[in-house]
Amino acid sequence: MTQNYDKLPQDAFTRIPRDTQEAEKISKPSVSFWQDAWRSLKKNKGAILSLILFGLIVLMSFLGPVISPYEPNDQTITHANLPPKIPVIENLGIMDGVGTLGGRQVDLYEMKNVEQNYWFGTDGLGRDMFSRVWKGTQVSLFIAFVAAAIDMLIGVIYGGISGYFGGRVDDVMQRIVEILTGIPNLVVVILFILIMDPGILAIIIALTITGWTGMSRVVRGQVLKYKSQEFVLAARTLGASDSRIIWKHLMPNVLGVIIINTMFTIPGAIFFEAFLSFIGLGLQAPDASLGTLINDGYKLIQYQPHILLFPAVVLSLIMIAFNLIGDGLRDALDPKMKD
Amino acid sequence: MARYIGKRLIYMFITLALIATFTFFLMKILPGSPIASADKLSPEQRAVVEARYGLDQPLPVQYFDYMFGLLQGDLGISINQFKGADVTDVILSRMGPSAQIGFQGMLLGTVLGILFGMVAALRQNTWMDYGSTIVAIIGISIPSFVFASMLQYWLGLKLDLFPVALWKDGFMSSVLPSIALAMFPLATAARFIRTEMIEVLGSDYITLAKAKGASGSEIAFKHAFRNALIPLITVLGPMAVSILTGSLVVEQIFAIPGIGEQFVKSIMVSDFSIIMGTTIFFSVFLIVIILVVDILYGVIDPRIRLSGGKS
Repeated sequence: MTQNYDKLPQDAFTRIPRDTQEAEKISKPSVSFWQDAWRSLKKNKGAILSLILFGLIVLMSFLGPVISPYEPNDQTITHANLPPKIPVIENLGIMDGVGTLGGRQVDLYEMKNVEQNYWFGTDGLGRDMFSRVWKGTQVSLFIAFVAAAIDMLIGVIYGGISGYFGGRVDDVMQRIVEILTGIPNLVVVILFILIMDPGILAIIIALTITGWTGMSRVVRGQVLKYKSQEFVLAARTLGASDSRIIWKHLMPNVLGVIIINTMFTIPGAIFFEAFLSFIGLGLQAPDASLGTLINDGYKLIQYQPHILLFPAVVLSLIMIAFNLIGDGLRDALDPKMKD
Repeated sequence: MARYIGKRLIYMFITLALIATFTFFLMKILPGSPIASADKLSPEQRAVVEARYGLDQPLPVQYFDYMFGLLQGDLGISINQFKGADVTDVILSRMGPSAQIGFQGMLLGTVLGILFGMVAALRQNTWMDYGSTIVAIIGISIPSFVFASMLQYWLGLKLDLFPVALWKDGFMSSVLPSIALAMFPLATAARFIRTEMIEVLGSDYITLAKAKGASGSEIAFKHAFRNALIPLITVLGPMAVSILTGSLVVEQIFAIPGIGEQFVKSIMVSDFSIIMGTTIFFSVFLIVIILVVDILYGVIDPRIRLSGGKS
């Protein structure tokens, strides 16, 4: 075979001149930092699934109370303590409205002459668990997001100022942070809850009172790292103002860690809210969050496990989703992790 | 090193003094003084009661008395829960069960976590790795009180393997609470050890050990494991915090007569001096643990710069 070169027709080949211009051309479109991050996040199945799951939970937290025919706080005493019943799924032998009564398995819906279906069952006061769980999710997410946003705001400003101006300002500000981080989070939260009237506002303030220190440390570290680099010096030489350097040159570089940090603050806030509600320092009735629902359900765990089950599952799913999204974002945004 | 420890100790005292000051004034603001409910007392009786609690003194004197008492370990007197009992005695009398489940949970969690993490790192990208990652994610995500109530329902109530609650059957009573508390340390240790092991396994001296013909298990245990273990000390602090936070709810769920259960109860009945005393006790506990962990880390791994500030 190799000897038969001569037999090949000469005109089957054309010479391709090497174009020097062509060699310089960038063959792929340039990928920005965020596009690159999105690309590697998309490869992370766990993170994408969690993102979808979390989206669904958020959607349900708004839709749930609306599509349910019952109000979250409406009490129908005759319909108290009904197990969950969902029309199609009931044929599978689960969620078919069968509960234990006096040690026997009976269809409580038939017994109590209930025509309607309660998808997640009802609690001891005959309130619809479906709308209560989603309403509670809404409240829990609201608290977590507001707390995380405030943490982010204070942390970024404090850490940014401390890192950017450095010197004595930094010294004083860091001593304050060192003392604040020394105080255990749990202790601060509980003390602040005690002073204030229990409620959503009290929980948010208690969570943010020292919650921002973590963010401020991270932001300060990043600002310290970037402010001494050449591109900042160049901008300064060109006469850029402090605020322009901070917003246009430093912020885009620090944004990655801010996002990662926030993604881990949110599940922390959700956990603390639920924790406080569970030990009785959280929201007061009739307001409900996932924590208070779990607390209510726990009291009836032996006889009405479904009241605990649904809020506990939703809470756990949110926590798992957030941790996975956070992990995924960290891998995607942290340049050190890149291979 | 000595300078670093000195600096940290000073910070520790400032922090504790701040917490103590804060709690003192909180006690003054909050309703529920020892004489609040006793409106019917005559002025003379009232004066006697006030003198008993030192309330007849001007505020600065009360403050210094309180701070001085703290230095001697005197946390004040219980208001309504254990009428007249010393808060310090109440806390000390309840330390046993808390310490036991806390220690057992910590031990179980770290040992299992190290095991899971090692297996995951040595058998990377197999079902064992994925399994241990899933366990770790679940352990970090699911709050201890949800996990504790699940354990109580399934293992206690349905399967009847362990006592459902109360502190009556010695060790058996401590099994479920310990497992519930162990979840977070387990998950943290597993994730941490896995990352560290993978990093260590890729380093040059492991290649050398392989080249000179060391067996797989020898490399894993003798070379890789030891070096992966050192950084685990850094997460002991967060683990201790989680055990303490967890103990508040777990003791409540399993009705264990420990400090956590006591604390939650005193919140319910607004026994502020117990709340404050326990808060100070918790603060001291956590701050000392974190300090010890930091110093220990510097001693064990000389490469660590002890200039303060975690990264």
